[in-house]
Amino acid sequence: MYIGIDIGSRCIKLVVLSGQRIEDFKVGDTGFNPYERSLEMIKPYAYNAKRIIATGYGRHFAREDFADGVITEIKAHAAGARLLFPNCRTVIDIGGQDSKVISLDESGKVADFQMNDRCAAGTGKFLEIMAKTLGFNLDDFGVQSLAAENAVKINSMCTVFAESEVISLLAKKENPRNIGLGLHQSVVEKITSMLHRVGVADDIVLSGGVGRNLCIRETLSQSLGHKVYVHENPEILGALGAAIIARAY
Amino acid sequence: MSDYREMWKELGLDLEAHDQLMAVIPQVYGDVYLSQKNRPEGMSYLDFVMSEIHGLRIKELNDLRASGRKVVGTFCLYIPEEIVLAAGAACVGICGGADWGSAEAEKILPRNLCPLIKSFMGFKLTKVCPYFESSDVIVGETTCDGKKKTYEVLGEYANVYVMHTPQTKDESSRRLWLDEVEKFKGKMEELTGKEIDLVALVKGIATVNAKRAALKRLNEARKVDPVPISGKDALLIQQVAFYDDPARFTEMVNKISGELEKRIADGIGVVKKGTPRILVSGCPMAIPNWKLHHLVESAGAVIVAEEACIGHRYFRDMVSESGTEAKEKLSAIADRYMKLDCACFTPNKERLDNILNLVKDYNVDGVIHYSLQFCDPFTVEYVSVEKAVKDAGIPVLKIETDYSMEDAGQLSTRIEAFLETIKESQGVTL
Ligand code: SF4
Ligand code: SF4
Repeated sequence: MYIGIDIGSRCIKLVVLSGQRIEDFKVGDTGFNPYERSLEMIKPYAYNAKRIIATGYGRHFAREDFADGVITEIKAHAAGARLLFPNCRTVIDIGGQDSKVISLDESGKVADFQMNDRCAAGTGKFLEIMAKTLGFNLDDFGVQSLAAENAVKINSMCTVFAESEVISLLAKKENPRNIGLGLHQSVVEKITSMLHRVGVADDIVLSGGVGRNLCIRETLSQSLGHKVYVHENPEILGALGAAIIARAY
Repeated sequence: MSDYREMWKELGLDLEAHDQLMAVIPQVYGDVYLSQKNRPEGMSYLDFVMSEIHGLRIKELNDLRASGRKVVGTFCLYIPEEIVLAAGAACVGICGGADWGSAEAEKILPRNLCPLIKSFMGFKLTKVCPYFESSDVIVGETTCDGKKKTYEVLGEYANVYVMHTPQTKDESSRRLWLDEVEKFKGKMEELTGKEIDLVALVKGIATVNAKRAALKRLNEARKVDPVPISGKDALLIQQVAFYDDPARFTEMVNKISGELEKRIADGIGVVKKGTPRILVSGCPMAIPNWKLHHLVESAGAVIVAEEACIGHRYFRDMVSESGTEAKEKLSAIADRYMKLDCACFTPNKERLDNILNLVKDYNVDGVIHYSLQFCDPFTVEYVSVEKAVKDAGIPVLKIETDYSMEDAGQLSTRIEAFLETIKESQGVTL
């Protein structure tokens, strides 16, 4: 058995691989003590694990302790996406703290990547803050926004400014759904500009929890003019990639 | 230490703020430098210099001033050190490499300004830099807009003189620059009351050339795999070049180089053979800015060259020592400085050629382009750098950052991912 663990800022994801099969997977909140949370999640499998590879923000403490090796999220998402979608050439990962776009060469190796800079614009965090400001539940923020009649353009990319822009739009009695659609479009715009810097090639895979957001999926494939593939458990791609590397190592 | 306090007080430092600064530096230095394994023995000189960063060297400058000589503070590679030395003065580079007093600086200057500029302004406003306070004149230059306009503001707080650096390299620019160099000589004579004659120029040129030659020798050793010195240690040496006593510094660097040459002969490296070799190119890293080097080397690569002002641009070109008249000497000095390939020039094709040469000579596996946030010249010039480096088949990563450690996690992910792609393309797994 091989274990991949993706220790993110919001969630910890774990994938257990045995041969070609995903034996099990888990997603848990990171909480305040990511180290202990990771150990708890690994414990049931630790005895049979041949190798553990860690990725994500917490990979370094994992290396000091239980992991046999570490890889970056870039490599992990690329490997995970490629296993589930063998023709994948482009990976988009909209994470809690940062977003990345990765282009793969024909053999599946990372050819180039881009990460957003330190601000939260274009990340899961941005969507989370905005859902709250608009009074939506994060889980149906996407569906609600997709039902908008037309989008209100949001001018500020910066989270802080966008938030005050949203508040003043609400004060003007603008429909929250329309604002929601505008916000999704601004995230997609940010992602698309990163994508154009690395080049877009089919198949495109959207990875990470934000993959569950219907509005992001729709807006993204519209703006790119390409189909965007999403796995039924999009958040585990990074952990899966780490498990694959654990097996191949 | 107690006698230094008296000295600091006399210089007009804010002792309380200065104490805080002095408490941070050894801690950072310990984490970044002393934790390294397998360092060359000669680095103990640098450890000593760092432990005395505001002590011994400041006392030397103080004694020099007591004997009637002057101290000249500079911020840019364009200020001809040879002429400063010819006037019997000491030349010190004023650091702007720490996020100290930036909040003070932001009360006066716009926030969207390069951290280097905010840093030196902050040091001045909070009165914690003894080099600043020891300088009889601060010499600025008309390079980037941010600095150019900040010197006007700085003029309210210090004695500032500004050299007019051209922006192109044609004949009329060269004439203008030669004129500026001659004017600068006049300015130095006026400041020191000493005439700068042929003998003084010959000596000034020889001293600085010897310093540059020593740095060149040191960097030669970095061409070898396994490399005998870490990028961090080499960076520190190149940073200290800007304020240490030139003759002593040259001697110490030659000593370290001798040790490195011995290591090479014995096949000893500071890292394993085959460790990914990185060229850093871009904005200057003023002391104590060790951020990028620390992140890159902690991620398992080694930096083998800096295409930057604190790096190759400083020692690459020498002043020609031929000529027997003072006028010829000045013209040789002007010519040498016109060769600098700073991004403030347009067009600046030489820089691209120089980067590609370094990639080849130092057997580089990847280039990291480093720019300080809000630095227009270097961030825009990246467009051409990226193209040139990629066309040469070498991977390149762009990093734009400031002095805070807020983005350290993010940056290490990007750097590690960059190293993964390099290793993968070389067929090494993990
Ligand atoms: S980068 Fe240009 S402006 Fe800055 S110190 Fe170097 S030469 Fe001067
Ligand atoms: S780093 Fe750029 S903006 Fe800052 S002083 Fe140098 S040239 Fe100017």
